[in-house]
Formats: sequence, structure tokens, C-alpha cells
Amino acid sequence: MKLTLKIWRQESAKTKGKLVTYKLSDLSSDTSFLEMLDVLNEELASKGEPAVEFDHDCREGICGQCSLVINGKAHGPEEHYTTCQTHLRSFSDGDTITIEPFRANSFPVIRDLKVDRGSMDRIIQAGGYISSFTGMAPEANTIPIHHDIAESAFDSAACIGCGACIATCKNSSAALFVSAKIGHLAKLPQGQIERTERALWMINAHDEEGFGNCSNTGACAMVCPQEVQLLDIARMNFEYNRAKCIS
Amino acid sequence: MALNAKIPEGPLKDKWQNYLAKTRIVNPANRKKLDVIVVGGGLSGGGAAASLAELGYNVKVFFFQDSARRSHSVAAQGGVNAAKNYKNDGDNVYRMFYDTIKGGDFRSREANVYRMAEVSANLIDHMVAQGVPFGREYGGYLSNRSFGGVLVSRTFYARGQTGQQLLLATYQAMMKQIKVGKLTQYNRHEILDIVIVDGKARGIIARNLNTGEIERHSAHALVFGTGGFGKIFYLSTLAMNSNGSANWRAHKKGAYFANPSWTQIHPTALPQSGEHQSKLTLMSESLRNDGRIWVPKNKDENRAPGDIPNDERDYYLERRYPAFGNLVPRDVASRAAKERIDAGHGVGPLKNAVYLDFKTAIEKLGEDTIKERYGNLFTMYEKITAINAYKEPMKISPAAHFSMGGLWVDYELQTTIPGLFAVGEANFADHGANRLGANSLLQASVDGNFILPNTISNYLADDIKTGKISTDTPEFEEAEKAVKDQVTKLLAIKGTMPVDQIHRRLGKIMFKEVAMSRNEKGMIWAIEEIKKLRKEFWENAAVPGNENGPNSELEKAGRLADYLEIAELMTVDALDRKESCGAHFREDYQTEDGEAMRDDENYMYSSAWEWQNGESWKLHKEPLEFTEVKPTVRSYK
Ligand SMILES: Cc1cc2nc3c(=O)[nH]c(=O)nc-3n(C[C@H](O)[C@H](O)[C@H](O)COP(=O)(O)OP(=O)(O)OC[C@H]3O[C@@H](n4cnc5c(N)ncnc54)[C@H](O)[C@@H]3O)c2cc1C
Ligand code: SF4
Ligand code: FES
Repeated sequence: MKLTLKIWRQESAKTKGKLVTYKLSDLSSDTSFLEMLDVLNEELASKGEPAVEFDHDCREGICGQCSLVINGKAHGPEEHYTTCQTHLRSFSDGDTITIEPFRANSFPVIRDLKVDRGSMDRIIQAGGYISSFTGMAPEANTIPIHHDIAESAFDSAACIGCGACIATCKNSSAALFVSAKIGHLAKLPQGQIERTERALWMINAHDEEGFGNCSNTGACAMVCPQEVQLLDIARMNFEYNRAKCIS
Repeated sequence: MALNAKIPEGPLKDKWQNYLAKTRIVNPANRKKLDVIVVGGGLSGGGAAASLAELGYNVKVFFFQDSARRSHSVAAQGGVNAAKNYKNDGDNVYRMFYDTIKGGDFRSREANVYRMAEVSANLIDHMVAQGVPFGREYGGYLSNRSFGGVLVSRTFYARGQTGQQLLLATYQAMMKQIKVGKLTQYNRHEILDIVIVDGKARGIIARNLNTGEIERHSAHALVFGTGGFGKIFYLSTLAMNSNGSANWRAHKKGAYFANPSWTQIHPTALPQSGEHQSKLTLMSESLRNDGRIWVPKNKDENRAPGDIPNDERDYYLERRYPAFGNLVPRDVASRAAKERIDAGHGVGPLKNAVYLDFKTAIEKLGEDTIKERYGNLFTMYEKITAINAYKEPMKISPAAHFSMGGLWVDYELQTTIPGLFAVGEANFADHGANRLGANSLLQASVDGNFILPNTISNYLADDIKTGKISTDTPEFEEAEKAVKDQVTKLLAIKGTMPVDQIHRRLGKIMFKEVAMSRNEKGMIWAIEEIKKLRKEFWENAAVPGNENGPNSELEKAGRLADYLEIAELMTVDALDRKESCGAHFREDYQTEDGEAMRDDENYMYSSAWEWQNGESWKLHKEPLEFTEVKPTVRSYK
């Protein structure tokens, strides 16, 4: 395959960026999207030119570190795939592909395609945990949990924290991400004690970090690689209102 | 320095309790005077960081990802073992201990293994309390599966994402400690050296991967939870940025490296499909419960797998190991696959894979049952290969996966450098020559949460009056300068050979000669090739860009420079051990029918290697004494 790539290059958050065109040939359709960027970086390196910086680690869709907007779509053309699971077979010979970073006010660019998602860590710090210290736990089977509730908690807990939902949202809202954590912990008996504060603290932190409000367009759930459900956002709103009423 | 494993007195089952009863602990009021640096935000490092912060120490945690939640523990699929005996199938601490010792082919330290089994049940309690949504029965109680060729069901799981769920719980505990101010995180930081003051580990030199700045950080003790270095093979199941650098730099400052050549090669990964491939995705070994492994009998076979009649297929595991069949341990399965592939029976465009076929299982149990059991794995397989494995067999191949070797540690998890501790995959003691499935999430988690916090206090108790460790000293100065010089040297090579290309070549040498099957001639050749490659690297590696700011090629070059040295030590270690045990299979030490030949008389020890200024290594032997078990021949026939 032959491809033309238009890649966002930006020195740092303080400088302006622009799209730069590169051409690659002799690619196999079985090559993954990130391996294609490896090929480009090898070509650049052998010419002494600095690499295109992009984030990645596990390359199997679970760590959440990869983060590209490909032809305007967070994580690329396939629904519910991560960038690293995307392969060139999803494109055609001769295509021109635009590659940009995840964009949101709360995701400053570090360089090129790498962004800083520390704002998501800070939302979890606000309350996305159960305060059970090492050594405190009772015997695990003391509290039975209904099979379906455990499975439903898992559905929310599966979030990989990639931020695609945010990069996709026209309001740059992190509602799906926040609701996934609130949902995971609110569904479990162990999460009940801190349930009220958690909802208030996490949602306040979300707003303070500059993420926008959710207007329920559902674009986030379309791209989410873990298929976190919009229902979690509804539950989050419920949790928030409940917390407001009783706190 | 002679090795002292500091194994506590008393019968095996009482050792840990005896230790806890007698070890020194630090008064809670004094803990806030003590600083600890943890390198690693995975299950081991993250667990240590959160637990130490909860105890009241001042903790700094470093990792190279943008968030600790992305540490490679996240990728573990299958599950975590614990001796809960919820199934009433006769499991207990002793049985788990025995399975682990036997699985490790009698090359692990008895006291450490027993302790791991002993605290395993606590881990499940802890993780459930933190909100891990483990699989449950319809009555609401925790569910178990069996794993890795043991006779009981002791594996707890959260669908196919157990590592992710354990790691998220650990990450959340860390985030809580950050909120209350006891823990500070340094993301996107790579540790490039440790600093030794008066014989004790007192600090690190780190590169901030965003700004390129070289930073000094001091502490009273250091904990390394830096993970495995299987990425040395380039193609592996590890994350792209996993590396051996922190451990290697510590090794060069005096930490002994133990059993470096013992690498687990996992039998069921996806095969390489082309030259640019970067990663071999793991397919959980649970698939071998229902999949049958075979290759065509005819070497020049070019029919589609479905068109090859049964009598022209070689179900080689069922043929060679009638008792265990497709469920033999990982090392045996990988070696058998390699044997068939090398004999020319491999399948796929590169003839580098074997078939894992679900046809029989689907006929017997129905597609729905298979979907329920492995649906997410079949989907993952299809995402990567575009092949529907309900219709056509999967193609799988062995891939480098786990480092049984690592920094030598004593019973307290302390390395040979006082004040430097190692936890999780970074250390060496628990898995012997072969790791059992679902034991390493366990080991990483209990090292960090339950063991280290109780042993490090014995060391820190001496530092109550020490006061802050200054970074403004000649030792820090010197270490920082060495790191800066190395960065400058890498950028000055200005060659034309991309770093990844050199790494791929190193991987090929290692996979050929220092992986599943080893022989003297091949390894002598490998050492020469590694040395040549190292020379070529320093003469012609292409390391573009500069040191100010993110530079992924520079990061990769630094890691490869270390791999090119680690590779030599791995080979030296494998050459030295003239026996076959676990994952270490020497072709020159095998029985007539191709099985491993262990030599307990001469090799009943762990090899701990001391760095000798780059000239060579000095071998220290830690004898392995088995008081409770009798080493037997590990047979799966
Ligand atoms: C694909 C896969 C599947 C697996 N499945 C299972 C399973 O089902 N059951 C099981 O028990 N085990 C499994 N394992 C093994 C298990 O996951 C690991 O052994 C374990 O998670 C290791 O945890 P750790 O904390 O030691 O290291 P990691 O989780 O790898 O963490 C290493 C940490 O160290 C940091 N670090 C490393 N070097 C540096 C440096 N130089 N500077 C700064 N930071 C550094 C990293 O940023 C990271 O935070 C699997 C492994 C793989 C690869
Ligand atoms: S909710 Fe989905 S898209 Fe958003 S961070 Fe989590 S996994 Fe990514
Ligand atoms: S690199 Fe880990 S999810 Fe893509």
C-alpha cells in the first residue's frame, strides 16, 4: 500500500502547530496503524530528523495510552477499537490520512501527538476510590454480590481511561469517563459508604478541570473502545442529584 | 560479598509469623521523618507506594507512562491465584506452595514461595474491599477457574481483564494517598541511575520525559517495582516501553542479578506476520482447555486447514504427552511447538505458527458455549487478524513473556545494595525456573502490599535520626554527570541505523539461541554476535533530535544500550548452567526422548551475578535447600 499522511507537528503547548505531509509506500495491509508510524519514524531517524512523537505502550487495547484522532475520528475508523488495534486494512491504497492529537482544553499538547491527560488522574484523586487501607479487609466472601451486579460493575470498571470520549465530545465533556468510575463503585456494596461524597467530589473536580457539560449527544459511547454505556451517564446524574439532596 | 538470604528460623509454616513477631517496626510518629522512593506504578510498585503512604512514610512514586493506571500489569488477562479453598477441592497453603515449587522445577527459594502462598488469601480480601469486580457465582460468592495444569481451582478472575482490575484498584489507592498528601507521583519520568552514599542506596537520577531535564531525588530507601525485561527479544507480549534499564543501572552499582536467562516463552501468542511487527499479542492459555493444537504431517502442505483430513494432522502434544495432552505447562508446550516449526511443519505465510483448533469443541459443546467461555478472546483475535476463529483454527506461536530472573533479593526483598529493595517481576525468588499461570499477579501484589511494607521497616528503623538526605553532594553530582554524559554520547553517534532495527536484530539472536532451547555452540556464537551488534550500535545508531524535551528515539536508544549488555549476561548465565530445568532447556542435557535433564547434584542453586566493571561477571551461588519437599522429576507424560 501507498499512503499520504498529514500529521500534526507541534513543538510544545506554547508554540503553534501545523499539519506536515509525509508519504509512505510498500506498506502491508496487515501492518497496524502504530507500526506504520514506526516505519515513518525509522525513515526519519535514518535521515537524522526528529521522530513524530506519539503515545502508546501495550499495543493491545488495554492500557489506554494511545490517543490519535485519525481522519477526524478519535481512535480511527473502526467503532470501539483503540488506535493501537487499528490496522491498515481499514484504509485503501492511495488514501490520504490526517492524524491529529486528542484535542480538548484540558489536554494540553506536550509535543506533536502527545497530550497531557493529568486532568483525568486528578478527577480520580477527588474521589474515585474506596478508602480501604491495606490490612483492613474482611474475608472476601462475607459480602455476597449478585452475579449480575458484579458483571454490571465490571462493564463500567472496564474503562481504560483513554480519553477518546472527551476528544470526541463537542463540549469536551468527560461525562462518560467520570460516570464509568462513579457507576463501577456505586453498584458495589463496598462502594456505598463514600457514595455521596464521591459523586459530589468527582463531578466538582470534572468542572474545575475545565471539562464541558454533557449535552447527551452520545458521540462518546460510539467511540469508546470498552463500550461503556450512556446509561452510566444517566446513573451519574442520578447519583449527583441524590447526593445534592441528602448532603 | 557472600550471599545471605536471611531466611528466618523455625519450621517453614512459621517462618513469616516468626519474622513479623521479631522484626523492628518504626514508631508511627517517626515515619513522617522517613522518605521512600518507589520506582514503578504497577501492581508491585503501586501496591508498595500506596501501602507505605498509608503507614505514614513520605513516598514518591516514579513511572514512565502518563498515568500509573497504564503500567503493564494492566495487560494480564487470565487471573490471580489464592489458596482460599472456596471450591472444597482440597486446596490449602501447602498444596499451593508445592504446586509452585514443582512448577518452578525445584529452583526457587522454599521460604519465599511458602510465604507467597500463605498471604495469598489476604490479597483477594483486600482487592474485593477495594472494589475489584471479580467473577461471581449465581449465589453471589466468588467464582474460581483452574489454570496452568494444577489439580485444584484457585484462580480468581475478572473476565479476561484481571490485571486491569487489580491495577485499577491499586491505582485508586495511590490516588487516594496523593489526595491526602502522603504520596507524590512523577509520571513520564525514567530512572537512569541510582545514587549510593556511604554504601547505601539514597537516591535516583531521573529524566523527565516531557522536558528532558535530568533530576535528582533522594530518600532513605528505594523500592524497584520495575517489571520484566522480556522486551529484550523485541517481539514479546510486553508493552513497547517496558525495559530493563533501572535494574541494569542498579546492577552496575552493585546489585547482583539472579538467573537472568530464565525467560518464560508463552505458547499461545499471535505469530509474527511481517517484518514491521512490533508486538505479539497474548491469547490466554485458558484456550488450551478446549482448543486442540496440531500441524500438518506433510511439510509442503498448502491446503486450507479445514481441507486437511484428520489422519494427515499431527496433534503433537496429544501424541507426546498423552496424560496432559494440550494442557502441558507452558515451557513444554512452547518447546514442542518450536520443535515442529523448526522441523518445517509450521503453518501460515511465514511458516512460523501452529494451529489451535476449536472444531472438536464446537461440535461437542456448541458454538454458544465456546462463545460464552472465550468470546472476548475470539473478538480480540478477529480485531488483529481479521480471521473468524469459530470457522477456521487460530494460528498461534511461542513468544517471550515473563522474566523469572531479576535482581537478587533476600527474604526481606532487599538487594545486595543496602536500602535498595525489589518487588514484583523485577526480583527473582518465587517462580524458580518456570512460572505457573496466575502466580505473578499474586506475587507482584503481595510483595507490594503485604511483604515489603513489613520488611522495609527493619531497615528504616536505623534512619530515624538521619534527617533529610541532601542531593547536593558529590555522589549525586557524579551520578548526574554520568547520566548526562550518556545522553550526550547517544546523541553524538549520528548514525543511520534506526534503533528499532538494531533491537530487532538483537531479538532475533536471542530468540534463536537463548530462548526455548539452548546449546553451547549456539550460545558462544550469540555472545560474539551480541558484541558485534553492540559495537555497531555505538558506531552507527540513528538517534535524532536533542535532549531538551520529548525524544522517543533517545529513550529507545538508552534502553537498547542496556539490553545489549543484559543480553550478554543472559547468555553467560545460560551457558554456565549445564543442566535443563524449567524454561532453561539445554539441548546438550536432555534424555533420549527429548525431555529435560535436571542435575540436582551440581546445580541446586540460584546463580547471582556480580558486575565486574564490564570485564566479566562473578558468579555467587545461593544454595537451595528443600526441607519440606523432595525434588522429583517433573513429568507430564
Ligand atoms: C500479556 C500479559 C499477560 C499476563 N497475564 C497474567 C495472568 O493472567 N496472571 C498472572 O498472574 N500474571 C500474568 N502476567 C504477568 C504479570 O502481569 C506481571 O508479571 C506483573 O503484572 C508485573 O507487575 P509489576 O508491578 O512487577 O510490573 P509492571 O506492572 O510491569 O510495572 C512496571 C512499572 O515500572 C515502571 N518502570 C519500569 N522501568 C522504569 C524506569 N526505568 N523508570 C521509571 N519507571 C520504570 C513502569 O512505568 C511501570 O509502572 C501477564 C503478563 C503479560 C505481559
Ligand atoms: S469511557 Fe471509554 S472512551 Fe472514555 S476514557 Fe473510558 S474507555 Fe476511554
Ligand atoms: S497502546 Fe495500550 S491501548 Fe493502545
